[in-house]
Amino acid sequence: MHARLHCASAPAAAQPLSPNPLKQKPLPPTPNPPYLPGMTLPQPLTDWFSAKGWTLHAHQQAMLARAKDPATLLIAPTGGGKTLAGFLPTLAELGTTPPPGLHTLYISPLKALTADIRRNLRTPVEGAGLPIRVEDRTGDTTYTQRRRQRADPPHILLTTPESLALLLSYEDAPRIFQSLQRVVIDELHALAESKRGDQLMLLLSRLESLSPNLRRVGLSATVEDPPALARFLAPQACNILQADPGPDPDIAMLETDDPPPWSGGGGRYAMRAILDQVRRHRTTLIFHNTRAQAELFFHDLWLQNDEGLPIGIHHGSLAREQRERVETAMVEGKLRAIVCTGSLDLGIDWGDVDLVIQVGAPKNVKRLVQRIGRANHRYNAPSKALILPANRFEVVECRAALDAVRDHTLDGEPRGPGPRDVLCQHILLTAAAGPFCADALYGEVTRAGPYAALTRPEFDACLDFCATGGYALRAYDKWQRLQEKSGKWQLRDPRTAAIIRQNLGTIIDTETLKVRLRNRLGGTPLGEVEEGFASTLTPGDTFLIGGQVVRYEGLKEMTVEVSRQPGRDPKVATFNGTKFATSTLLTERILAIFQQESWPDLPTHTARWLALQRDVSRLPSPDRLLVESFPHDGREHLCIYGFAGRNAMQTLALLVTKVMEEQGLAPLGFVATDYATLIWGLDPVTDAAPLFDLARLRDGLETWLAGNAVMKRTFRASAIIAGLIERSHQGRRKSGRQATFSSDILYDTLRKYDPDHLLLQVTREEAERGLVDFARIEDMLARVAGRIDLIRLPRVTPLAAPLFLEPNKIPVHGTGRDRMVEEAARKLMEEAGLA
Amino acid sequence: MHHAFTLADETLHALPSGALYWPAQRLLCVSDLHLGKSERLARRGGALLPPYETRETLSKLDADIDRTQPAHVVCLGDSFDDLAAAEGLEDTARLWLARLMAGREWTWIEGNHDAGPVDLGGTHLARLTLGSLTFRHIADPAESDEISGHYHPKTRIKGSSRPCFLLDAHRLILPAYGTYTGGLRSEDAALRALMQKGALAILTGHRALPVPL
Repeated sequence: MHARLHCASAPAAAQPLSPNPLKQKPLPPTPNPPYLPGMTLPQPLTDWFSAKGWTLHAHQQAMLARAKDPATLLIAPTGGGKTLAGFLPTLAELGTTPPPGLHTLYISPLKALTADIRRNLRTPVEGAGLPIRVEDRTGDTTYTQRRRQRADPPHILLTTPESLALLLSYEDAPRIFQSLQRVVIDELHALAESKRGDQLMLLLSRLESLSPNLRRVGLSATVEDPPALARFLAPQACNILQADPGPDPDIAMLETDDPPPWSGGGGRYAMRAILDQVRRHRTTLIFHNTRAQAELFFHDLWLQNDEGLPIGIHHGSLAREQRERVETAMVEGKLRAIVCTGSLDLGIDWGDVDLVIQVGAPKNVKRLVQRIGRANHRYNAPSKALILPANRFEVVECRAALDAVRDHTLDGEPRGPGPRDVLCQHILLTAAAGPFCADALYGEVTRAGPYAALTRPEFDACLDFCATGGYALRAYDKWQRLQEKSGKWQLRDPRTAAIIRQNLGTIIDTETLKVRLRNRLGGTPLGEVEEGFASTLTPGDTFLIGGQVVRYEGLKEMTVEVSRQPGRDPKVATFNGTKFATSTLLTERILAIFQQESWPDLPTHTARWLALQRDVSRLPSPDRLLVESFPHDGREHLCIYGFAGRNAMQTLALLVTKVMEEQGLAPLGFVATDYATLIWGLDPVTDAAPLFDLARLRDGLETWLAGNAVMKRTFRASAIIAGLIERSHQGRRKSGRQATFSSDILYDTLRKYDPDHLLLQVTREEAERGLVDFARIEDMLARVAGRIDLIRLPRVTPLAAPLFLEPNKIPVHGTGRDRMVEEAARKLMEEAGLA
Repeated sequence: MHHAFTLADETLHALPSGALYWPAQRLLCVSDLHLGKSERLARRGGALLPPYETRETLSKLDADIDRTQPAHVVCLGDSFDDLAAAEGLEDTARLWLARLMAGREWTWIEGNHDAGPVDLGGTHLARLTLGSLTFRHIADPAESDEISGHYHPKTRIKGSSRPCFLLDAHRLILPAYGTYTGGLRSEDAALRALMQKGALAILTGHRALPVPL
């Protein structure tokens, strides 16, 4: 059921407070607080709030009123005192004489957030003199502290999904959690986007079995489908409380004197305009879509920052020390801007941010709205944001995104069912904690939202995988990992529990190497780069990290050693991190914009460009697939305007070039963007229909694309989560390398000897989404329903032209990979005088 | 396609599979098969890996034997992941091995994983000297003209890492032949210390490719 609550508008703010606990923004006292059933706060706390001039927001009152309900989802904008709302019922129940034992578990996706919440929650608790113990527990908590917490839990424990998984894997979990009353999950919208959310929901089911009266609260930013998130949190029944979303944001496109370039990203053409905005605001967050772009932008920004405005950089590949320095400076108000990535999407309030700049098309409206919310220094004042298209195509996408924000439409692909690799890990975790009964565990698992529709045979297959490996060849009946004894499943070898615990969690790191400045004392840590990138470096190469140019000196004990060397033309470290594909909602809006008669909302340069395309060819439309064929520079080109997002367009290119090769059209290479795929080759395509035959494309996916590196990476992640292979720990990689071998070997072996194995099924399911994103190819083909327009043109079209400037051109080669290696080997031999 | 080279005046062929062929002796040498690796890990409470590596390794060996028709096969140590893994071989694998061994001389060199004789026929030796070449599991820095395994060398070219032979004027180190085997980078100090300046890495893969180390 819905309850939409509004809080009184604030004519004038009360005394601002510092520090400002729990994002609580000051509001004037409400003259007559409405009577609400439910809970009341302990008097000392009410007094402390009054002394501070605080009054509860309506949604905070509502949380108290509904404190006894089994499940509540609170949706509130940033800065709305959401976290405090989550804790109020706990403080009310614990009161002035709290009984011993764990009462409330708070779970956040970020370690940093738990420490921050602990500090902020202690302020009112200690201020009101309440004898309530609040502690956090993360990977950073000391061993002694963690031991003590298990023996004598605090009233409120703040933790992460991974640390909770670890706690639940211990035999004494029932004792630790027997008194638990409430679970508060922060940033639920973010957790629900990944397997961490699936795991957490399984853990909640487990907790509920240990403490049957458990009540759960989810706190979320604005999402497109609140009932779906509520079903995820609690499939049986869940309240939905929506706080006043506040005024609409003040958001616009950042206009610059120069038009954006035809292709590329990073928005460096607008450096002056951005610096100007930074100058005119107190604190600006400059969001980039990738770490590499953030690095390049930051480097250039400093070259043009004549006034020396204090500006920092923050992203997930920088060393923790580096990030913490920036965070501290930000909280102290010492920075005027931070160049950042998704690493600042979540987390504590960074001082007084009054402007957010999104560089590059946002790809996803929901994330844009959440980012805009970071400029929230005044609750109930509009957040201010600017978006900067990085190239001409993105002008249209940015326009589409602005329209979507204005219309309050949010995108989001519906969640698939809970992934089975996560379930396998959960079964192992359960076994580590003690013997279990399969029927009971199945019941528990299906009470978790993502697994509500899991069938018993699916569950049994996962259990079999955990017990025997689940192979068609029954090799391990003697050495089962789990054995059933008198109706209960348990570990054959109790020592296995330690291995299971070391491998808990669903976050899969890419293999990275730490980067340090070389000096006698071991050197300052700067961050990390991917192993693949490190392997391309030779001593003397320079690259960018943390905004500085460094020189690669060598590799020492799996650490990249560098020295400072400003001024050279550096390489940019590649990060295989997430590259977001433009959402379906945004591509639909872009296609709709193309159908307009004219484009008064678009800058003239872009409107002219689209008009010219309409003159010489056509503009892509929602219910047809436009395919252009034209010669250029002695090669035949095929441009497919599929608008299915980057990952799907790349997969489509791989599959279509395969069909072209079979047809003898000699494709030579391709490049894919969110909107289109450009393929070049020796012969023109005269009939497009066979290229887009769904059955043929799917066949290609099942057969040869299955050997693709993307599929192997997908398999590796699932194999780690499901407990087939152990995580590679830094220490082990240093010493015992001969013993560890690539997961690609396991993947190839399974494909050859056991193609229906559970983990291959999981890998194929993942391929439908994520990096392969075949589902969007299917959606696209369903949308156009065979209406494919192949247009032959004498030359490059206006819409296709930018694709020629795209980096990341991918060569097509049947035996080409081997040829490349042979060629490189021959050259090396020649250079060494050995040929 | 193999790569031919000479060591101690003998002409040898590095095969793309990672096996070594010595035409003058009609001898095929493979190192570090690690048969039964998945079984050993499972027995010790580790991961339950796909139990197919023994048949995959044996079918690879079968193909090399079929192509070269050797009179003598030398398994250069760590043929089994441990002695219990040798005893625990499935019957199909035993029969397969017996068929491969039939009609030819077969030498098991002892490795650090499988020290001691196994109940599979053939000759069991700590090392084997034939003509001017000595076969042993672990390279002896004091010796010359030797062929060894143990280190599982691999090297990286164009971003992809492959198992490789390492060759200099004094010794040859074979890559691991077994399916479930990892590798040690050829630039690792242990291998650098063994190999002289001017050494070659011979990559396995589609064809055997020499590159300077």
